Parts: sequence; structure tokens; C-alpha cells
Amino acid sequence: MQQAPTTGTPAVLSIGGLQALIESLAHDGYTVLGPTVRDGVIVYAGIENVKDMPAGWASRQEAGSYRLERREDGALSGFNVPAQSWKQFLLPPAETLWTAHKSEDGFAIAPSGGTPAKYAFLGVHACDLHAIAIQDRVLSGGAYRDTAYAARRNNAFIVAFNCSSAGGTCFCASMGTGPRASAGYDLALTELLQDGNHSFLAEAGSERGAALLTQVPNRPAEGADLAAAEAVLAKTASQMGRSLDTSGLKAALQANPRHPRWQETGERCLSCGNCTMVCPTCFCVTVEDRTSLDGQTAERVKKWDSCFTLDYSHLHGGSVRRTAGARYRQWLTHKLANWADQFGTPGCVGCGRCITWCPVGIDITEEAAAIKAAPAAKEERDGKS
Amino acid sequence: MKPALQTTDPFLPELYRVEHTVRELADTVTLEFKPLSGARASFTPGQFNMIYVFGVGEAAISISGDPADGRMFVHTVREVGAISNAIAKLEAGAVAGIRGPFGTGWPVAAAEGLDILIVAGGLGLAPLRPAIYHILAHRERYGRVAILFGSRSPADLLYRHELEQWRQRLDIDIAVTVDHADRSWHGNVGVVPSLIPRASFDPAQTLAMVCGPEIMMRYSATGLLQAGIPAERVYLSMERNMKCAIGLCGHCQFGPDFVCKDGPVFNYSKIAKILAVREI
Amino acid sequence: MESLERILKEHPFFASFPPEHLQLVTGCARNHRFKAGEYLFHEGEQADEFFLVRDGKVALEICAPGKAPIVFETVAGGNVAGSSWLVPPYRWMFDARALEPARAIGIDAACLRRKSEADPSLGYVLMKSILPILVERLQAARLQILDVYGRGH
Repeated sequence: MQQAPTTGTPAVLSIGGLQALIESLAHDGYTVLGPTVRDGVIVYAGIENVKDMPAGWASRQEAGSYRLERREDGALSGFNVPAQSWKQFLLPPAETLWTAHKSEDGFAIAPSGGTPAKYAFLGVHACDLHAIAIQDRVLSGGAYRDTAYAARRNNAFIVAFNCSSAGGTCFCASMGTGPRASAGYDLALTELLQDGNHSFLAEAGSERGAALLTQVPNRPAEGADLAAAEAVLAKTASQMGRSLDTSGLKAALQANPRHPRWQETGERCLSCGNCTMVCPTCFCVTVEDRTSLDGQTAERVKKWDSCFTLDYSHLHGGSVRRTAGARYRQWLTHKLANWADQFGTPGCVGCGRCITWCPVGIDITEEAAAIKAAPAAKEERDGKS
Repeated sequence: MKPALQTTDPFLPELYRVEHTVRELADTVTLEFKPLSGARASFTPGQFNMIYVFGVGEAAISISGDPADGRMFVHTVREVGAISNAIAKLEAGAVAGIRGPFGTGWPVAAAEGLDILIVAGGLGLAPLRPAIYHILAHRERYGRVAILFGSRSPADLLYRHELEQWRQRLDIDIAVTVDHADRSWHGNVGVVPSLIPRASFDPAQTLAMVCGPEIMMRYSATGLLQAGIPAERVYLSMERNMKCAIGLCGHCQFGPDFVCKDGPVFNYSKIAKILAVREI
Repeated sequence: MESLERILKEHPFFASFPPEHLQLVTGCARNHRFKAGEYLFHEGEQADEFFLVRDGKVALEICAPGKAPIVFETVAGGNVAGSSWLVPPYRWMFDARALEPARAIGIDAACLRRKSEADPSLGYVLMKSILPILVERLQAARLQILDVYGRGH
């Protein structure tokens, strides 16, 4: 993704400026959502005050492990992605599409009305920015559009936060999706902590971002501020916990559906579906009927689904993907190979959530490397079709 | 064939009323649906609709009617699960929701000037029937036309009456076979691929359209290739679990393709490799 | 380590092979060891090897989506697995999977076909040995279709 041209000159905000930003957004009718600490983890929830945000917290993430740890510097952007992504707001876990009401003649259908939600996302990491763009392509870039998603998306105001450190499961750098927020934001903030001074470099990525900046106290950024921000990003880029080599990966995955690794990993995989729930690009949903007790009304509800369930591939009385290995193969091959055929980019943004939240610590970067290391499929070797 | 871009919410069905039902087989019913208001959307042979039954759910059912008859949607449904059972139980006068048509169709236009082989197994004849109607309505545009059809037993032969009527035409060959039969059956017994070597067609000039259980399609395709038909002129209609039918739910993925929008009709040369891979 | 020629001679398939033909065949042969669950070949792949099972058991299966793979036959030691290597377009028509650890002789099919073209008497002996096995299998398949144990339709 190319660097977005900044609209106007970069500015610097103080903590007070950030508070003013939150208040200005709320005043404009946005539901401001951002990171908060709850139950020992970071959770995206309502933000009214900078004090609601996790100052001085770091998230230590490894395969199958997530712990919050205290930082001494009071940084507001010292943690990496939480379990959930912004997908929970733009593509809600449950959504009523329409309701059918029985009538004497049969039934009538009433579409779900209401005004689409107006969200301001405060603290979107670069990986998640790419994930939102990827879901835009999937859900509103094809012949058929999820119109409700598109409406929420249009309304959403995005304030990106550049990460000041990278986590143990982060690999955005090798996926080309970070750590720098490069496009798809209204405002991008980089936290600058210098000698007890707490400020934010603010760059506008859109007209309305630039407009909001003029409404909060700020000073123009100087060379030192820009250099400090670059240093933050360079440090983060060097700290990546993992990396994924994508060269030749798509071809390797699509050519090796019978690689023994699939069934090996299938033996470890619990098919719990955590990875698909925390993944910011996974978009699979199911649609089901919910009838009222008196049988007069039936709601058609769209809910998150996962390719790891047996029901997902139900056909002719059974599941096409009976084994966990086949389901893992579907998920990984879709994410890192087929997605590119379908939507033009890989489906993975390197956020590392699937590694952190897998109860048995299956690591997407490790699996990809294992498949790549395999000899080519027999047919390819023979050189005959 | 790309579906038309919908300006309205593609999750919303239109209301249709069942005009007429016919019990075809012990477990199969054909229903005719007429729109409550407005005209029936046009479709191309091979496409399918999502049919909604109040309080039960939606199922993907291929369209089996004549595309030139614009009055209704005709659907042949086999009772295999909760939703198909509910659809099959609808009586004349009942209201259902229909979304569609969706998917790619049979290459009836690209096939003009060629010999045609229609290869059907079991209920696979239902999605092929609109193509047959179209070809027969424009018979002069095609070369030799043959239908190769097989079922489990004589009692399971779908559209038997229509097959007999088609057979009475002098410009179409029909070969029927069953997997097993008792002595009252005097026709062929054997699998559908066994009909291929006996059919009359010029492989260099033939296009084949195949539909039926996946195993039957795999072996029929192999048989067609062995008979000399190039893989690019063999078409299959694939089936996978469908929920949204519009490429937004992910369920119907078959390798990198979505059966709902890249299919259900696929060119065999494109899918031959993954067709034999288990659990894909 | 047994010589390859002796291994072939011990396999029932080659019981009545004249020694000079057996020598020709040995030139195309190699030994295989399959672990339980390992595949000898998959449907659709090039049928480039003639497998003779020495010991162990191999399941021949066909899979359909949504159903468990159907084993339509098992091949034990002393028998052969698959004949698509003999008939164009030389592609396997089903999967073959070792049910238990199995040892098998694999004969390079292209090599064997080439030698048979050059020496038709070798080809004839091969056909004479393979055909009875195929006829027997065909008859068995017919009986399987009858579903004699089934409830009937």
C-alpha cells in the first residue's frame, strides 16, 4: 500500500489535544471506541476520556499466550493488537437482515431499517487498517455488496495509532502491512515520549481528518518531531516477533493439498475456531431463521461462522471437510493463497492474533514455512499435466 | 456469464406463490412458482435460486424450467434435508421467498455449431433441462445432439415422460441406463460412462455438459476425455454448501472458486486437478 | 538383502513367467515399503507404476464429498493393485492406501510397456497373467452391485 498523501501539514498534539479530539468526535455524533483494560486484557470499548485508555500497558504475546504487563513510561500505544478487531463493529457477530411476518395470504417481508451506526475508531493499528481495506474489498467491492456493512463503513471515522513496539506474534513488516499506517485513515497519530514529554505527531489522511485537526489545539510539527516519529517506527519494525516469507508461498500452498503437514497439524488443531473469530479479515457468516414462539414472525439473522465447524461444509448428509486437517488446510490455503485469486491481495495482515489465541499454539508462519519447504507435488515434478 | 449488479439489498427475497406441483418420483417434486407482483427475473440455463420457506430457511435449488417461458420459475426438489423437505411439501397457493437467479450457466451460446453431449446422472437432469429446452428450441444452431442419462433404477428415472417425448423427435439421440433393474426393464443396465463409447458424435466438434453426483461427473469426464473430447469443452455443474449465494459468506468455496458466483457450471479443464483431491 | 529377482520370483503373479521374461521385468522393478495410512497413489495421478503387494493390506477407495471414502476392495499380499498403467490414458481411477504396513514391488510402467512393445512375447505373458485377475474382479464387482445383503429398494 502506498503512503497516503497527508492532507495539510503534520501537527503535534498534547494529551490535552487528544482529549479534545475525543470530545470533538463525540460532539459530532460519533460513538468513540478505543482500547481499554478489562479483565486482564485490552478490549475495544466506549471511550469518553483519555483516562479510559490503557496508559502504561504492554501486551506480551506468544503462541497460545497473552499477558498484560506494566510499563514505566505511561505510553498509550505500548501494546499490540487485542483479541478482537474492529470487525466486531463493522461486521457484527449477529445482525438481523429482515423479518418475515405471517399474513392470511402467506407472509410479508420487512427489511431491517434504522440508521447505520456512526463509529469513530481510536487507535487502529496499521495491520488492522489493511484488514479493514481487505474486508471492504470482500464485502462491498464485488458484484454483490453487503449494503449494511458499506453504510457503517462509510460513516466510520478512523484514527490510526502507529505502534511504538512490536509483539512476539507480530509479523506485519514481512506482510508489507506495517508498522507504519500508510493509507485508509482519517488521522494517524504517532506517540512521542521524550524526557517525560507526552505528545502525538498527527497526520491527516483525508479532508475530514484535516478538518478535525483544525478543531483541536495543536502546533505545527517540526523536523525533530518528524525524526522522532521515524525513529519510533524504525524501532518497531526491528522488533517483529515473527516473519512470513510470502515469495512462492501461494503456488506452494495451491500445489500441495496432499502435503502430510495438513494432517499432522490437524491432529493438534482443536477446531475451536478461535483463529477465525480473532482474525480481522475472516468474513464467513451463516444465515439462519429465528422464529417467534407463536410462529407468526421469522427473523433472518446473519451470524459469524467458521470454516472449522463440521456444519460449514455440510453436503449430502455429511461434511465435505470431515477431518480437522482438511479444515485447517482450507483456512490456511484460503488466507494465504486462494484469497489472492479471489480478491487481489493476501488475506493475512500479519497481526499475529491467530498465533496468540490458538489454545495449542499453532503458528501460521511456521505452517506456511513447512509447506513451502516441501518438494513440489508429483504431477508438477513430472512436467506433464 | 456475470450476474447483473443488484441495486437493491441482495439478501432480500421476492415473494412467489406456488401455482402447481407434480410428484416426479417417490422423493422428488417439481413446483412452479409465480411472482406475487411484477415479472419473473430472467435466467440462463444452469443458474439457481435460493428458495426460502417461512420459519425454516433457504436452500439453493437449480432452475429446471424453460428459459423462454417467462411466467414462472420451475424447480425440481429432492427431499434430502429439513429445508428441501419443507419446499417439497409446499402446496399450490403457498407463498415462498425467492432470491436469484445466481451463478454461471451452461455454455449454450458458445456451443452453437458444435455437436452436443448432455450427460446426466440421477437428479442431475434437472439443472440440465433448461439447456435441453433451449437447444431444442434452437435446434438448427447445433450439430448432433445426444442425451446420455442414468439413474439407480427404472423407478428413479426423472422426467421419464418427457424423455420419451424427446425420443420421438428424429433429431436427438437419447440413451438411458440404470445401475440395476429387474426383468421388466428391457433397456441398458450399466453406469453412465458406459454410454459414451456408443454415442454418435465427432469428438473434435463436441461440447459436453455433465451433471449428477460428483463421482458420476468425475468418471463421466474421464470417459469423455478418453473419447477424444478436449477438456476445455467439457462442463460440470458443481455443488457445495450454500448460505448466501452471493459470495459473501464463504461457505461454497471449492478451491479458490465460489460455486455460487464462479460456478455452479465450471469448465472441466479449470477444476480437473482439485476435483480428485479429498475434502477440498 | 534379497535380490530383486528372487523377490519377483516368489510373488504368485510371476509364478508361471519364463525366466528370460522375468529378467526383463526385473530390470524395471524396485522395492517399496508403505507405512499404515500411506498412499500408493491417488485418483487422477499418472499411473506410472505396476504395484504387486508382497505383504500387508492395501485398500482401494473412491471418495465423494460429504461421505467417508468408500473402500470397494482390499488387496492383500500376493495380489496386484491397479491396472490403469496398462490402459491409456494411464491415469489412476481411484486411491490406494496401505491399511497396515505393506511391502510391494513397483515396476516402472513405461519401462514395462516399452519392453513389451519390443518383445511381444513378454507382452503376451503379461496379459495372460493379468487378465484372469481383472475378470475375477469384474465378476466380484457385479456381485457387489447386487447388494445381496441389502434391504432392497
